[in-house]
Amino acid sequence: MIRFQDVHKAFGPNRVLTGLDLDIRTGETIVVIGQSGSGKSVLLKILIGILDPDRGKVFVDDIEVTAQDREERQSTARKFGMLFQAAALFDSMNVGENVAFGLRRRADLDEAAVSAIVADSLAKVGLRGIESLMPHELSGGMRKRVGLARAIAYKPEIILYDEPSTGLDPIRADAINDLILVLQKEMGVTSIVITHDMVSANKVADRIAMLYDGRIIAVGTPEEIRHSPDPVVQQFLQGRADGPIKNF
Amino acid sequence: MIAATASIFRRFFEQMGDFSILAGRTMKGFFQKPWEGKIFLQGLEEIGLRTLPVVSLTAAFGGLVFGLQSYYGFHKYIGMGTEAYGGPIIAIGLVRELIPILVGLMVAGRVGSAMAAEIGTMRITEQIDALFTLGADPVRYLVTPRTAAAFFMLPCLTLFGDLIGVLSAQFYNVVLMGVNGTVYWRNTRMYLDLWDIGSGLIKAAVFGALIAIIGCWQGLDAEGGAEGVGRATTRAVVLASISILIINFFMSKFLPASL
Repeated sequence: MIRFQDVHKAFGPNRVLTGLDLDIRTGETIVVIGQSGSGKSVLLKILIGILDPDRGKVFVDDIEVTAQDREERQSTARKFGMLFQAAALFDSMNVGENVAFGLRRRADLDEAAVSAIVADSLAKVGLRGIESLMPHELSGGMRKRVGLARAIAYKPEIILYDEPSTGLDPIRADAINDLILVLQKEMGVTSIVITHDMVSANKVADRIAMLYDGRIIAVGTPEEIRHSPDPVVQQFLQGRADGPIKNF
Repeated sequence: MIAATASIFRRFFEQMGDFSILAGRTMKGFFQKPWEGKIFLQGLEEIGLRTLPVVSLTAAFGGLVFGLQSYYGFHKYIGMGTEAYGGPIIAIGLVRELIPILVGLMVAGRVGSAMAAEIGTMRITEQIDALFTLGADPVRYLVTPRTAAAFFMLPCLTLFGDLIGVLSAQFYNVVLMGVNGTVYWRNTRMYLDLWDIGSGLIKAAVFGALIAIIGCWQGLDAEGGAEGVGRATTRAVVLASISILIINFFMSKFLPASL
């Protein structure tokens, strides 16, 4: 169980989160939707420990991670795997070294075992035998899949997806959605997906939470969200420029 | 006016605070495992081998111009035949001051800027965040081994530069200007103390650590895309160069003249 309790975060005068509350159940896939710049990625970075909230608490399995020191945070971060928006592959390493990076630090394995897990993780995302390629030799979709292989290689309990379909054509985006579903089924992990792509959200979500004005304004199954009476939610779902959502 | 001045001072102390915290965490990293040996070795290669040509060239021309001015000064103001007494003055000036500073400035321009650009690019493409999520402390992984490499390699480069500089000055005086080589070299050996070389190497080690920490600090602080990386790179070179010149003065002042 993950719990955000009254979380606040500002960058200078820009107040991004203004009292966010959200509970995430173990084993579910929750999709957080919201406008670009609404603080969705900040939410993930606070959860994993990259950013500290200005106020509020975050619990992971009843442990208040926001009260932990840097070393403890890093230790808690072992529970997480994260797919970054632009994959964030290390430019100086090839695909195999990228996927093995977390594995080598988190498990005491010999090189043969590391290579086997790297190959298996790449196979899970549909990429075999590309260990020796460098990140700049990969397409956008391949980079995302390698990023995903890197995130799952050390078998995390919770996978965070930051805009997994952004920058991909609809077919490749759907392939990533399928991967999220397959990994969910095979690994039984808790997944938190950040997106503003409603096709993706409806396909992978057990529940959808909408972030607006620094808070979660609606949470429910995709069906419940579709029928939400909230005009803000409806404007976002329908992709209309006119409505209560402040655009600029 | 007062508000603007206060803001500048506040910003300065904030920056000093950030730098001190990073320097402290970098030093702490020396005593923590795992040690990033591969990055340390890459750093030695980048700072050492690849900087060697530019250091050689700089030290050679530094030595030549020092030799030239010394010859001119002795010849004009002390008298013909006294030029050979310039040897120890040139050597001490080179190994205590000029070569450590020149090496520091060259490394700041070549390596400090590259560190800021590389780490800045990693920052804006979320690779630093990825390091954290994959179990690597970014400071221990990126900053500590680079700082260690610069700390060890700058004295090596300086020692090499000392040799080139002193030989270049001797070449100008003895070979080009016909100064008596035996007297020139005997005077140099008589007055040049091992501590003169040692104090220059201590300065170089401090400059090395400073260049690496400032380069990495600016990289880690980069924001706002390619433009931000460019700004970080420029700041890294300017800050490191100014710091070298200021710290050199205080080290010259407070390091003992001889042991």
